Amino acid sequence: MKLRWLAWMGCLALSVWGWEARAQEAAEPVAEAVAVAAAIDSGDTAWMLASAGLVLLMTPGLAFFYAGLVRKKNTLSILMQCFMAMCLMTIQWVVIGYTLAFGPDIKGLIGGLDWMFLKGVGAEPNADYAATIPHTAFMAFQLKFAIITPALIIGATAERFKFSAFCLFTLLWATLVYAPVAHWVWGVGGFMREMGALDFAGGTVVHINAGMAALAAALVVGKRIGNVSPPHNLPLAILGAGMLWFGWFGFNAGSALGANGLAANAFVTTHIATAVAGAAWAVCDWVMHGKPTTLGMITGAVAGLVAITPACGFVDPIGAMWIGLGSSVICFISVTYVKTRFQYDDTLDAFGVHGVGGIWGALATGLFATKTVNSAGADGLFYGNPGQFMIQLKATVITMVFAFVASYLILKIVGLFTRGVRVDEHSERVGLDLSQHKESAYTIID
Amino acid sequence: MKYIIAIIQPDRLDPVMEQLEEKEIHLVTVSTVMGRGRQKGISAVYRSTKEAGSLLKKIKLEIAVNDNYVAAAKQAIIKGARFGDEGRIGDGKIFVLNIEECLRIRTGETGSTAIG
Repeated sequence: MKLRWLAWMGCLALSVWGWEARAQEAAEPVAEAVAVAAAIDSGDTAWMLASAGLVLLMTPGLAFFYAGLVRKKNTLSILMQCFMAMCLMTIQWVVIGYTLAFGPDIKGLIGGLDWMFLKGVGAEPNADYAATIPHTAFMAFQLKFAIITPALIIGATAERFKFSAFCLFTLLWATLVYAPVAHWVWGVGGFMREMGALDFAGGTVVHINAGMAALAAALVVGKRIGNVSPPHNLPLAILGAGMLWFGWFGFNAGSALGANGLAANAFVTTHIATAVAGAAWAVCDWVMHGKPTTLGMITGAVAGLVAITPACGFVDPIGAMWIGLGSSVICFISVTYVKTRFQYDDTLDAFGVHGVGGIWGALATGLFATKTVNSAGADGLFYGNPGQFMIQLKATVITMVFAFVASYLILKIVGLFTRGVRVDEHSERVGLDLSQHKESAYTIID
Repeated sequence: MKYIIAIIQPDRLDPVMEQLEEKEIHLVTVSTVMGRGRQKGISAVYRSTKEAGSLLKKIKLEIAVNDNYVAAAKQAIIKGARFGDEGRIGDGKIFVLNIEECLRIRTGETGSTAIG
């Protein structure tokens, strides 16, 4: 009880401090603001604000995608966790997440605390990241990425994760895992960025990162009790997958940080890879199980979206087709054989699709990247530069190891505070909707 | 008074209702239910995971009739629910039970008058 009060007082002190910091900043003269504002490009800004909205829509999309795949009694728990990620991550990002990820570099490992409470983050563009849009727009765009990443992990722990553990884990994971990795890859001075690793829209930061955390979570939380029933509402999952595909245009094409040719390239490659991957998984199902399945098709499409994410601004349409095809086949193998072989309960295949698809995408970027698409990028193995593949491999392995180990430890620590990260057996049998939220998603009688 | 319970294929509801209508049996309660017979259901595949013995959708009809209507009701259900002339596995079953008492809530009538 004492601990709880201490935590509340800490929050209060932090918010007062943030308010004071901002108040000081406001007192400084703003005369130059008008002159600088001229550097803002209205087209770029419009696209980036729209993109930020598109990326946010992916999280409710993911929520429906996941919710359709669980049993009826756990529907709300999934929707609630995804939506709560939107709430919690926004607070975390404003207070400390953004500055840790993108603030002034400290030894290539993490951002400094200069931008806590968004101090100094205003309409004036930050030329290091995006010279033609307001700094706030860049911050808001990145916030949506920070929201969906921990939400992806929910897929591995569905139907048995304690809600309190989820909240604590999300905040700690975002601060100790997401922010550093985002800094390494995207932050000015981040060591992976200096190393020359290519990650256009977050294959490493978002998908490998969340995928490995998901694997760690599936292992820590353990298998679900009893026989597991099939998806309770596939149309809901298909609706969610459609929202993900739609929102992903903001995720990938928005990562060009402007309304330009590169954005259009990312838009097109994203679409192509997804289409190929969706069709390819259906064919895998057809060949291996005798019928093409809707769940297979949408899973393939999501795998394609994941895999093209790091590559979309560096590859051409043909490269995108290969990446899409590869993502479906590789993720199909991981979900069908690897998961059954090792018997971990990655409930909705957060690792099998996002982790494995992300790894394939990061490596494939080192194969198919070409400077003819993006002169700021690099050539891949198939364009005569095997060195790039090795850089991609190194960045991938570092992220995999760090994300897995750090997530594992965080979950163990969270468990100490929430008396285990898993609900008790009775709560699990009753379903998380009732046991964690005192609600039901569906009524049978009017 | 007999209580007839029939489990039939979902796509057979319309023909069964038509047959019952012809025999002037109008009172029927219908519910969608899940079930399986000796064939142990069907198997489905979700992301390569086979779900063996999934339950199948069935329709359950419940009809309360006076004794002189029992034969007609059984005939009607068989005619509507049997697949073709030969029938097919899964066509369903009919159960006939005795009714101890029947009471119409609106009027308080009991027995055979209440059923019809």
